[in-house]
Amino acid sequence: MERKLIVTSSPHIKTPESVQSVMIDVLVALFPAALAGVIFFGWPALLTMVLCTVSAMVAEALVLREKNIFGDGSAAVTGLLLAMVLPPAVPWWISVLGGAIAIIIGKQVFGGIGNNIFNPALVARAILLASWAGHLTYWVRPVDLTTAATPLELGADAFSFTNLFVGAIPGSLGETSAFALILGAAWLFYKGHIDWRIPGGYIGTVFVMGLLFEGFGSPMAMVSAGLFHVLAGGVLLGALFMATDMVTSPVTARGRLIFGIGCGVMTMLVRLYGAFPEGVTFAILLMNALTPLIDNLTLPTKYGEVAK
Amino acid sequence: MSFKTFKGGVHPGHFKSATEKKPVVPAKPPTVAIIPMSQHIGAPCEPLVAVGDEVKVGQKVGDSKGFVSAPVHSSVSGKVVKIDMCNHPLGRPVQAVFIENDFQDTWHEDVKPNDDWKNLGVDDLKKIIREAGIVGMGGATFPTHVKVSPPPDQKIDYVLINAAECEPYLTSDHRAMLERPEDVVIGLQTVMKVVNAPKGYIGIEDNKPDAVEAMKKAAEGIDNIEVHALHTKYPQGAEKQLISVFTGREVPSGGLPSMVGCVVQNVGTCIAISEAIRLGKPLIERNVTITGSGINEPKNMLVRVGTPMEEVIEQCGGFKPNIRKMILGGPMMGLAQSGPENQPVIKGTSGILCLTDAEVTLDEIRPCIKCAKCVEVCPVSIMPLFIGGSVEHGMYDKAEAFNAMDCIECGCCTYICPAKRPLVQWIRMAKGDIAAKRRK
Repeated sequence: MERKLIVTSSPHIKTPESVQSVMIDVLVALFPAALAGVIFFGWPALLTMVLCTVSAMVAEALVLREKNIFGDGSAAVTGLLLAMVLPPAVPWWISVLGGAIAIIIGKQVFGGIGNNIFNPALVARAILLASWAGHLTYWVRPVDLTTAATPLELGADAFSFTNLFVGAIPGSLGETSAFALILGAAWLFYKGHIDWRIPGGYIGTVFVMGLLFEGFGSPMAMVSAGLFHVLAGGVLLGALFMATDMVTSPVTARGRLIFGIGCGVMTMLVRLYGAFPEGVTFAILLMNALTPLIDNLTLPTKYGEVAK
Repeated sequence: MSFKTFKGGVHPGHFKSATEKKPVVPAKPPTVAIIPMSQHIGAPCEPLVAVGDEVKVGQKVGDSKGFVSAPVHSSVSGKVVKIDMCNHPLGRPVQAVFIENDFQDTWHEDVKPNDDWKNLGVDDLKKIIREAGIVGMGGATFPTHVKVSPPPDQKIDYVLINAAECEPYLTSDHRAMLERPEDVVIGLQTVMKVVNAPKGYIGIEDNKPDAVEAMKKAAEGIDNIEVHALHTKYPQGAEKQLISVFTGREVPSGGLPSMVGCVVQNVGTCIAISEAIRLGKPLIERNVTITGSGINEPKNMLVRVGTPMEEVIEQCGGFKPNIRKMILGGPMMGLAQSGPENQPVIKGTSGILCLTDAEVTLDEIRPCIKCAKCVEVCPVSIMPLFIGGSVEHGMYDKAEAFNAMDCIECGCCTYICPAKRPLVQWIRMAKGDIAAKRRK
């Protein structure tokens, strides 16, 4: 009998998980928030998501000269994440341009998947914001899509907590519904792709800083000020889906906690003292830059290292 | 009493159902036994016989003067027909004595039961263990007499029996515990006596409740031996991890278990020790699990050392046509072989695992996405992704700085990696390079 045995190094069995399956899990996790975006902001939101995603996938396929435009799925994730942080009714060409910028400038110039330092979707958003500030801050009210200001611009009393939680508020396409974001993130927790440290550190810090800096008066007022800062703006989307980006966040356990807390502090510093009402994008990008340093400073103690 | 578990680890499927309920059956003795001169870690043996010599079962046919070494014995009676090279799981051919079986099973005169075995002194026990050629039968094959001779300044508090059998597919230790629990206990007691340890623990993964039951029964009434069910988690049976679980102690980096007062033995080793002191029988046979979807009839067999793999496989109905990989040991740490030809079962052969086309994938290595799953599962808390990245770029110094030398090569990192990066293989490369540099 003709036998052809393969000789490879152990282990000989491996997890069925692949880069593609991880990316598909992320897409699944983004689905509730995407759906909420379409429910609240209608067809323009759907168009924005489709254009960003397709543009990112095409850009990646072109750069890598691949025929299969879905590839490992990471470009689709980047594109969809970008759409999530854009205003729902952004012009179509901004979506297309944004998807391409995210992949080419945010990812491929660094060497492609795994090598980029900054979250590609946020790189694109930062560039778009710097270039077309008007388009990037054109907010609309849910359902009727008339011009409106966001909760962070208006202050804590403008919207009820129910609306903040459900997402019936003006804001970026995918950031408004706390409920949908938490639901999606639960999937990522369940699949073991993210742990509590980054979201916990981030959200906890925002809550505590909001409570300390703006919650004058009764304990109730303090808690609601903290809660407001968590629910308004992009903190949940940032903490659950952007800061947790595997490639650009620390790999050590302690490092992830520090990273999350750092994101929270930076976000609140921008919100409280900065020129913009919102600081999530810049907070995460800044902490992305510190990721290698954080990793180096938080290497775990190896087994058997004698404690001195 | 509850034990804290060790950090890290993975949960691959068990794949044990094919053989876990099958009692161990004796394999047919070989027509020609191939006895390799090196079946252990350490100095290889020199043949003590010449072509044409008549040998008997249990006769020593190879020995070495090195301390870290273990003699080898004939598993059949018959005539030495050849002294030549044979294949070895480690991939390099070794010298072996080929003995044609006369099927008389005439035992050597030195093999005789010891009625007074309970009163043997420590030195006698050590001598018997050495002369019986006993080595760690979990697969690492470290000579047992060396393990039970720690430096005099190191006091041993615990003897731990690794009965976890955490490798998927393997069931030979499981069956041994069900069928010969008394021997396991005698082996443990012997080691405790030799190293003067006041306490003995037997740790079994909780996916083998019947084995836990059997061992508890066998250890009943012996107040310094405890049997415990452990979480089913790979690598539960790794020496350092077992020590952490039972004692909370960590073996110092680069050190040995005895430095934290522990000696760890495998189930099969205990049985071999028991047979050696009670029956005077050297290590000439062992339990082997022959399994996987690439074999026709998966079995647990008691195989004589030196039996050609081909004869063992034949007794299991042969390979299936779609076999693609033959592994000696389990799927996590076992060694893939190019084939069974000219290769005998040796003291360290715990299993012959046959995988088919469908189970063997050659994955494309993709860039690291820094998901940190390898960091989470690493039982020794090193950074597999950084070591792998360093080796990929030829930076072995950096690999050393990330503690490559502390790797226990359990393979959890490679198992879990979604980018299918051969991390443990890269770490082994780094270890080889670093060790070579240190020797200079």
